Amino acid sequence: MNTKRMGSQTVRFSSPVPILASASIGGKKEGEGPLRDSFDILMPDAEWNEETWEKTESKMQKEALRLALQKADCKAEDIHYVLAGDLLNQCIGAGFGLRELGIPFYGVYGACSTMVESLSLASMLVDGGYADHAAAVTSSHFCTAERQYRTPLEYGGQRTPTAQWTVTGAGAVVLGGRSNVGVTHVTTGKIVDMGVKDPNNMGGAMAPSAINTIKTHFQDTGRGPADYDYIITGDLGTVGSEILIELLGEEGYDISKNHKDCGCMIFDGDTQDVHAGGSGCGCVGSVFCGHILKELSGGAYRRILLIGTGALLSPTTSLQGESVPGIAHAAVIERLS
Amino acid sequence: MEMNQQEYGDYLNQVSPNSKLFKDMLWAFVVGGIICTIGQLISNFYMDNLGLNENDAKGAVSITMIFLGALLTGLNLYHKIAKHAGAGTLVPITGFANAIVSPAMEFKREGLVLGLAAKMFVIAGPVLVYGITASVAVGMISLIIKAVM
Amino acid sequence: MEYLNAFWVGGLICAIAQILIDKTKLTPGRILVLFVVIGCILGGLGIYDKLVSFAGAGATVPIMGFGNTLAKGAIEGAEQGGILGAFMGGAKAAAAGITASIVFGFLIALIFKPKSRS
Repeated sequence: MNTKRMGSQTVRFSSPVPILASASIGGKKEGEGPLRDSFDILMPDAEWNEETWEKTESKMQKEALRLALQKADCKAEDIHYVLAGDLLNQCIGAGFGLRELGIPFYGVYGACSTMVESLSLASMLVDGGYADHAAAVTSSHFCTAERQYRTPLEYGGQRTPTAQWTVTGAGAVVLGGRSNVGVTHVTTGKIVDMGVKDPNNMGGAMAPSAINTIKTHFQDTGRGPADYDYIITGDLGTVGSEILIELLGEEGYDISKNHKDCGCMIFDGDTQDVHAGGSGCGCVGSVFCGHILKELSGGAYRRILLIGTGALLSPTTSLQGESVPGIAHAAVIERLS
Repeated sequence: MEMNQQEYGDYLNQVSPNSKLFKDMLWAFVVGGIICTIGQLISNFYMDNLGLNENDAKGAVSITMIFLGALLTGLNLYHKIAKHAGAGTLVPITGFANAIVSPAMEFKREGLVLGLAAKMFVIAGPVLVYGITASVAVGMISLIIKAVM
Repeated sequence: MEYLNAFWVGGLICAIAQILIDKTKLTPGRILVLFVVIGCILGGLGIYDKLVSFAGAGATVPIMGFGNTLAKGAIEGAEQGGILGAFMGGAKAAAAGITASIVFGFLIALIFKPKSRS
């Protein structure tokens, strides 16, 4: 029988999967936010010496992984798999960014949950014995996301109060080897659609899937909010976070004291004009690979539940009047003694 | 979660912050009003100083306002005003120019023909489609009325 | 007085559009379409010209004025040239605006580059 599965949707690894190294890249606005000191690289501007923003985003993926490899003291040949994704059509950020590194590549897409999705899968590959080292990379860029999902940058539209600001950022982790931080469990989420049709209220659309995944994780593992220093969601923003805390509370899980959201952490809501907070693959990607892992390896966190949240919509489905399905994946990451 | 989609939708509406209607309206009123006043100034200048008749002046004002809207868009300024002004910069003809220039600039990287030119009307095109179609309908109706009377 | 009327009438039209943006699910693109069609209808009924004579640029600069120009052009065309005139009149009357937006749109887009926001 399979001894690694717990409950309906959770996997417990036979031994924690070490996070050997990570790298985090932030854009200019992110460098003006509260987490400015946690990024390894801050881009000077939106272009970073590239002709197009798509090229910039690819460069962010490449440089994030390169730096993580350097910190891990690994060569590209040492990495048996890289799992990467972004928000662009056909995942071109990952495909073009990683093409010259020569690492066996799986492109993954989970909208803004892609960091935790790729981390989960890479951890399984390592724990399953299929790889000595595996890497996970994600990115998002404000300009490429605006142009794909919304309106041209110079167009004079007004953002609604529930709208979120796509983070310009990238994160990469290298798994395997030895480290004092590791992934112990992953809970894979189901697609949850509560019929929200407003593409400018992603936090509201994604919150039900986060609630579902967190509740399932607690049921599967027999744990509760008190077992974690922090329960950190990806990009629910202010609106989604409020819903998450309230509705999980009604289910009997009080996370009001130890919940954080990367979308709320990365920007200062009072001085930076971001409405309901940050969003995008690069939001949880750069905050996890920078701030959170630093806190885990030497700072205030001992064990966290990280939940990547994604809105599985496209501009086409929104125009066709479809609702916004949400997805949330969770991973337990802790300091190893 | 013991909620169906309808209940969740109602709940979400309740917890989501609303736009500040009064403040938005005030901004739209003031900025929209200023843009129209500028239009009036230009119109008077063309009639009094250049001796244009009223009809020609109207066309010249349109051209000038469109140029100004396009230039402010190119200078990366229009959307900064629009962030506060909302409909105040959307509804005047300068907003029509902004809707044409902004995608043209944005998609220039995809080429001068299939990028810049093809994307030029992605936002403003519907205004021409429905405006011109409605005008032909109005013209036809006027013919029918004349024939019946 | 002329300027004051242009100011408050133009401002009021924009404020009404702002209510639609904030309180309905209408996107800006749909509101522009709605306003140009309303301008066409009011123009066809001969109502909009009264507003133009009162408020001047306050009525001609908003996109409704574009609809009014189109409708009046089509009616004039129809009077002079029948069905063919109804087809040609609107676009002819609005030619200055349409051509200016294409030409300036092209030139400005050639010269300038979009910038990221902060």
